[in-house]
Amino acid sequence: MHLSMRKGFNRLHLVFSFLLFLQLAQAQSQTGGGNSSFTTLLLGIVVLIAFFIIYQVSDNLVRIEAKKSGLDSEDDALAMMPGKNGFFQKKKPAYVKGQYVALKQGHNILLEGEAKGPVQAANVKTFAVQPQNFRGMSPIPKVEVEVGNTVKAGDHLFFDKKNPDVKYVSPVSGEVIAVNRGERRSIASIVVLADNQQQYRSLNAPNLDTCSREELVSFLLDAGGWALLRQRPFDVIANHHEVPENIFVSTFDTAPLAPNLDLVMEGRGAAFQRGLDVLGKLTKGRVWLGLNANGDAAPSPIFTEAAGVGKCWFSGKHPAGNVGVQIHHIAPITTKSTVWTVNVQDVATIGALFTEGKYNAEKVVALTGAELKVAKYVRTFTGANIGELLDGNLASDNARIISGDVLSGIKTSTDNYLNFYDDQVTVVEEGNFHEMFGWLLPDLATPSVSKALPGTRFPDTVFKANTNMHGEPRAFVVTGQYEEVLPMDIYPQHLMKAILTNDYEKMEGLGIYELIEEDVALCEFACTSKQPLQKILRDGLDMVNESA
Amino acid sequence: MSSLLEKVKKFEPPKEKKFLHTLYDGFFTFLFTPDHTTHGVGVHIRDRMDLKRTMVMVVLALQLCYVFGTYNIGHQHFVALGEHTSFTSAMHLKLFHGLIKMLPIFIVTHVVGLGIEFYYAARKGHAIEEGFLVTGALIPLIMPPDIPLWILSLSVAFAVILGKEAFGGTGMNVVNIALLARAFVFFAYPGEISGDRCWVSGLEFDGAVASGEVYGWAHHLSDGLFKWLGVATFGEGGGAVVDGWSGATPLALAKTGWESVTAHYSSLQMLWGGIPGSVGETCKPAILVGALILIATGIASWRIMLSMFLGAAFMGIVFNWWGHDVQMDIPWYFHFYMGSFFFAMAFMATDPVTAASTNTGKWIYGFGIGMLGIIIRVMNAAYPEGWMLAILFMNVWAPLIDHFVVQSNMKRRAKRAVAA
Repeated sequence: MHLSMRKGFNRLHLVFSFLLFLQLAQAQSQTGGGNSSFTTLLLGIVVLIAFFIIYQVSDNLVRIEAKKSGLDSEDDALAMMPGKNGFFQKKKPAYVKGQYVALKQGHNILLEGEAKGPVQAANVKTFAVQPQNFRGMSPIPKVEVEVGNTVKAGDHLFFDKKNPDVKYVSPVSGEVIAVNRGERRSIASIVVLADNQQQYRSLNAPNLDTCSREELVSFLLDAGGWALLRQRPFDVIANHHEVPENIFVSTFDTAPLAPNLDLVMEGRGAAFQRGLDVLGKLTKGRVWLGLNANGDAAPSPIFTEAAGVGKCWFSGKHPAGNVGVQIHHIAPITTKSTVWTVNVQDVATIGALFTEGKYNAEKVVALTGAELKVAKYVRTFTGANIGELLDGNLASDNARIISGDVLSGIKTSTDNYLNFYDDQVTVVEEGNFHEMFGWLLPDLATPSVSKALPGTRFPDTVFKANTNMHGEPRAFVVTGQYEEVLPMDIYPQHLMKAILTNDYEKMEGLGIYELIEEDVALCEFACTSKQPLQKILRDGLDMVNESA
Repeated sequence: MSSLLEKVKKFEPPKEKKFLHTLYDGFFTFLFTPDHTTHGVGVHIRDRMDLKRTMVMVVLALQLCYVFGTYNIGHQHFVALGEHTSFTSAMHLKLFHGLIKMLPIFIVTHVVGLGIEFYYAARKGHAIEEGFLVTGALIPLIMPPDIPLWILSLSVAFAVILGKEAFGGTGMNVVNIALLARAFVFFAYPGEISGDRCWVSGLEFDGAVASGEVYGWAHHLSDGLFKWLGVATFGEGGGAVVDGWSGATPLALAKTGWESVTAHYSSLQMLWGGIPGSVGETCKPAILVGALILIATGIASWRIMLSMFLGAAFMGIVFNWWGHDVQMDIPWYFHFYMGSFFFAMAFMATDPVTAASTNTGKWIYGFGIGMLGIIIRVMNAAYPEGWMLAILFMNVWAPLIDHFVVQSNMKRRAKRAVAA
C-alpha cells in the first residue's frame, strides 16, 4: 500500500516535470529577445528542482525495493548514481564492519581545555557516596555505618528502605568520617577517609558458566554492582524483578571535552569483557555496544573485538555518542519495553567482581576546561573529592566547577564530591558580566550552532565558553532548530509543549520514554528562547512515572 | 565600558514604577546583555544566539528593500508628474521625497506598536519582547506610500492588541501581525490600499483629474538646502500629471491580459522595481538578497520559500492549461514579475511563529500558500493580489498541518510498540 502510494507520487512528478518541459519549450518560442534572462533563470531553477525530486523519489524507491528483497540498502551500489552518497555524505571508514548508522543531525561544541593523556595518579584521600545521585532514592535512606566505623571497599554503606535488596557500597577502604545532611535532613553524602593501602571485602563470585540468573542477580545486589545498572525509561536504578529487552553500552562520548574512553579503558580489557559476559546473562535480548566510526583510526580493540555482544557503529556529531540516541537506532524503547544502560568504566567494575573477586571502583576521571592550569586524566575512585582532585590546578576564582560535562553535568564545588556516574570534571568561566551590544556584534569567541554567527563558518574553531545566558528567556519562537541537533525521529518542541500542558497521551506518543536529560541537552544549548528543556523533560518523566 | 554601565545604572527607576522600570529594562538590555548565568542544573553554557539577534537579522535583511523602496516613492512621484523621468536623474529629490513620506510612516508604526508592547510588558510584569522589531520593520514596507497616518496607527494598534497581546504576546500569535495590520486597512479602508490611485505618493485627485500635491514645509526646508548646493529643487508643486498616466500596478493591468501589462511596463522594469506598488515589494533583486541572507544565516526556512515557489509555479501552469480567460493565459513565469510574491515568500510566509513548525508541515504550508495566492490573484476579480490572504489563511491552517504530521509520528511509534 505504502509502496504503491509512493509509485503514484512518482508518476505525478513525472507528469509535472513533463509539463515543465513543455512550458520551457513554449517560453523559448514566445519570448526570445532581451529581458528573458530572469525567466530563463526561473525556468532553470524549476527544472533543476523537478529533476532533483524525480531523482530522489526514484532513488528511494530503489532502496525500498532493495530493503524488501533483503539487500543492504545503505550500500551505494544500489543507488541510481553510484558514488552519490560519497559525494554528499561522509565516507564510511574502512575499519567499519557490520551494522553502521550515519547520523546527520547534531553539533560538536569544541572547547578549550581538553584533557591530555597519559593517565596520572591522583592524590585524593576522601571519597563519598551521595544517595541523591541515584534517581528515585528516598531522601533519607537507611545508613548502615556510623561515623568512626572502618569499612572495606565493597562494604555496605546504606540502602533504600523502599528497595532494600539493592546495597550501595563503599568505593574505598578507610574510616567513615562524616554523614552529611542536606535539605530537610536528607542524607547528602557518606564520606570515607581512604587508607593508604586499599583493603577489599572478599567476594564469592558465582561461576558465570554454571550459575542461574537468580544467583547472579542476588550476588550483584549484595556486592554493590547493581547500582551501576540503570534502566530506561526514566534513567533510574535497574529493577531487579524485571528482565530487560536489551542492555546498551556506548563506548564513546561525544559531549564537549568528554574523556576519550579508549584511553580510559587501557589495560582493563579483561574486566570489561567479563562485565559484558555478566550483562549478557541478565538480558533476554542482547548486549549492544555503540562503536565510534568518527575517528581516522579504529577505536580500541577492547571495544571492537569484544565477544558475545551486538555491535553497531555510529558516525556523526554530538549526541551520536549518547546511549539514548544509539538505542533509538538499534532497538527503540517502546511504551512496553525497558532496557538497561551501563557506563563503560562501570562495566569493568562489574567485571572485576568476577575477575578480581572484589569491588574495584577504580575510575579514570578527565579534568577539563579552560579555567584549569593543566587539563589531564587522573586515576582515582568513584566519588572522589572535587577539591582534592583539582588541588592547585584552578586558574581562576570566578569559575564554575561542574561534575560531568558542560551540557548535562551538575554544578558543584570544591567541598563536594564527584557524582556517582560521572567520569569528568569541567571548569568554565562564570559569565556573570554585562556585554555592550552583546546581542548585536558578530562574535567569534562564543560557541553557537546558528549559521548567523561567523564562528560556525569555521567548524574547527575551539571556543572558550562561559556560563552567561547570552540572552533572556522567551516563549518558543524559532522552529526546527531542535530537530537539527537531535538525530532521533522525535519532535522535541512538540514534546516539550505536551509536557508543559500535561498532555500524557502526547508525551507518550511523542517518545518521552526514549529520552533523558542528556539527549535534549544540545537542544537546550541551541535554544534561541533559552528554555530549560532538561528540567521540563524531567518534570514530564516524573509525571508519566508517577501516573504509571 | 564599566563606567558607562555605572552611569546607566544610576537611571534605574524603582521597581514599583512598573512602566518606567519596564522601559528602563528594555533599553538597558538593548545596550548591555544581562549578566544572568545558567542554573546549576541543565546546560551550563548557552548558545550565542538569542531572540534579539534572530530578529535583528531579519531587520538587516530588509535594509535593501528600505533603501530602494524609499527611493522608488520619489521616483514614481516624479514619473507621474513627467519630471526627472529617468531612474537616475535628480536622485536627491527622489530620495528626499521618499524620506518625507517614509519617515512618518516608520515613526508612527514604531511609536504606536512599541508603545502598546511596553504597556503590556509592564502590565504583565515581564521583559519587553523583541517581536515588534520585525513587525515594525515590515509594516512600513507593505503599506502604500500615502497611507494616512491615523489609519496606519489604527491598523498597527488593532494588529498588535488583537493579533498578538490578546493571545499572550510574542510567540503566541496565530496569524502574522504585519499582515493582519495590512488586512485591517484592506477591509476597513479599502479606498486607501486598493485601486489605481494609492500607489503613487504626492498626488491629489479632483474627480478623475490628478495633479501633484502642493508641497509642504518639509519639501521647502530641503529646497533651501538644495538651492544652497545649487542642484535641482522641488519648487512649489501642484503641477499637472502627464497625459495618459495611470497609477495602475501591473497586477491591476493583468486582469486584461499580459499585453496590457507590457504596454505600460517592460519586464525588466518590473524585475528591478521601478513601478508603483507597496513600498518594499517592487524591487525583486533587493528582496532576493534579503531572502538569501535569511537562508544563509538559517533564520528563515528555505523549505517554506522553495515550496511556496513551487506551489505558485504549479498553480500558474495549471491555469495556463485551463486557459479560461486572458488572465489565466499569462505565462506562469510572468506571475513572478508582478506583485509581491517574493516579498511574501521571503519575509511573510517564513515567520516561524505562524508557519507550520515541523519540516514536513513547512513543505505543505509553503506549497499551499503558493497555490492559493495564485488562485486568488487569477480567479478573484476583486483582489488583484493574493499573498496577504493566502498567508493569513494558511497561518490558521498551520497548526492543523502540524497536528497531522505529529500524529503520524505518534502512530509510527505506536506501531513499533505493537510490533515489539
